[in-house]
Amino acid sequence: MSLWNQLSKDKWAVASMSVIGVILLAGVLAPWIAPNDPYAVQMRLRFASPSWEYWLGNDHLGRCILSRIIYGIRHSILWVLAALAASVLIGALIGFAAGYFRGRTDAVLMRICDVMLSFPGYVMMLAIVGILGPGLENILLAFIVMKWAWFARVIRTSVMQYAEMDYVRFAKAVGIRHRTILIRHMLPAALPDIAVIASGSICSMILQVSGLSFLSLGIQAPYAEWGMMLNEARAVMFSRPELMLAPGLAIVISVMAFNFLADSIQVALDPKLRTKSARRRTKEAENKAYEYVRG
Amino acid sequence: MAPYIARRLLLTVPLLIVVSFVTFLLIRLSPMDPAEVVLQAQETPQITEELLAQTREELGMNDPFLLQYANWLMSCFRLDFGESYVSGQPVWSLIGPAFANTLSLTLISSVFIIVLSTLLGVVSALREGSLADKSTRGLSFFLTAIPSYGLASVLIWLLAVKLDWLPTSGMDSAASFVLPVAVIAVNYVGIYFRTVRSSVLSNKNEEYVLYARASGLSERAVTMRILRNSLQVAVAIFGMSIPIILGSTVVIENVFAWPGLGRLSVKAILSRDFPIIQAYVLIVAVAFVVINTVSDIVNAAINPKLRSERA
Repeated sequence: MSLWNQLSKDKWAVASMSVIGVILLAGVLAPWIAPNDPYAVQMRLRFASPSWEYWLGNDHLGRCILSRIIYGIRHSILWVLAALAASVLIGALIGFAAGYFRGRTDAVLMRICDVMLSFPGYVMMLAIVGILGPGLENILLAFIVMKWAWFARVIRTSVMQYAEMDYVRFAKAVGIRHRTILIRHMLPAALPDIAVIASGSICSMILQVSGLSFLSLGIQAPYAEWGMMLNEARAVMFSRPELMLAPGLAIVISVMAFNFLADSIQVALDPKLRTKSARRRTKEAENKAYEYVRG
Repeated sequence: MAPYIARRLLLTVPLLIVVSFVTFLLIRLSPMDPAEVVLQAQETPQITEELLAQTREELGMNDPFLLQYANWLMSCFRLDFGESYVSGQPVWSLIGPAFANTLSLTLISSVFIIVLSTLLGVVSALREGSLADKSTRGLSFFLTAIPSYGLASVLIWLLAVKLDWLPTSGMDSAASFVLPVAVIAVNYVGIYFRTVRSSVLSNKNEEYVLYARASGLSERAVTMRILRNSLQVAVAIFGMSIPIILGSTVVIENVFAWPGLGRLSVKAILSRDFPIIQAYVLIVAVAFVVINTVSDIVNAAINPKLRSERA
């Protein structure tokens, strides 16, 4: 609970958590809070300006933009988070196995990771989508396939440093089962590190998934997704540039909120960063850069 | 140095083989029968079992698996990646020029990214806490949150349509480079400048700085020493970033109708043109491995500490 206490003292963290909370809630409750049917085509309302019934106006098919933005949260954010959770889980299982048992297990698992990481992530995602065909589920699958190796690597490093701690050695020496040691002693210790790398990669994931949808490789019509909405708006960019505003802002606001939260989690979990506020962003920036470097 | 290079190169060769094997395997994993795709793409009116069998034989799909791989690999060495399912043109005649275009976009963008992020990173670190530092960092937070295609669209609308200063798309003149390079640079400078900044900051607190000051070196000389040490990290990251940019110009190329690999590959994906997808993956993956190797060697040359570690 100390993480929670730390975060609640940081006003940026509270602000970003509130924004994220509202976004997630709106996504889950979309059918109840969306003012209109997001898929209802009304050609007489094409490009209608905002009105009391349609707060953000209507798109090229006369669909309610606000409702589409709200439904879009599901595809742009919620599913991305689910894919992230899946790849972190796989990465954690492999990382724990490699970092805790070491030896041959470690060598084999890490060579597999090396091979996975030697492929440029973005290109491999395109390749997988190319073979399985466009679609959000294929993009997310490609994400899980490409990302777990990166998480496994980072989690292994973190696990290794705790596996050598005296209390873990003691637990081993008195004959406690591996499974119990892993769950009771290693997991709580490694959890903060996992939280940091997971939250640090949310932003790039949201941007990449919406980018692929923008290229019409992601979710297919009529479903709403922010990247796809931007692409639809781009078709009429010269006559109605204001249509790009709503989905564009939705992406920017959510990515910034996740960015701030990731930052705050990092600071809250690393006392060294806390004491020297000048060094606050240091480690986070490094991790993020490596994350990007690995694609 | 020589043993390090030898070790690093020895590691690269098996990696290249694995990379090529996975690329080959990828297409085999496709849920669609390549023979059927070829016939559909050629708009064969009626696809019969006989025709399918004949096409399979032509494509060499009845050979043993490893033989297929070996044949495919040998033809890749001759830059023979087969023919496009859709247009029937040799894949290399499509992908070769596209690769050159993407490479020029990548290299020019990288130069801007390196210069700008080093400059901004060093300035904001040396003036830590100043208004310039704070505003640069705040701006970078905002800029990295903007999706690149959104920024690209806004810039096209503003600079190319409203003001008519720059071409909207294509690759006709030097002016065509301005917008794509600007968008790519904005995206990455926001990330890399912080890396440079943090590296300079952590060096500022090292003991050798204290020692240099204590022995009475001028502030200028101290700064030079900090820069020399902190830019090593920057070199490492830039080396690794070039292949990343190479792979992720896809979105930018599509927005600006850049005749590069990204645009070619997305078109190929939408029309399920497997030979192009395969060649694209192979070329970029090999470029990725090769550039990573070169940058590792360059880094080891600059920083002897890295040589002793496992390659």
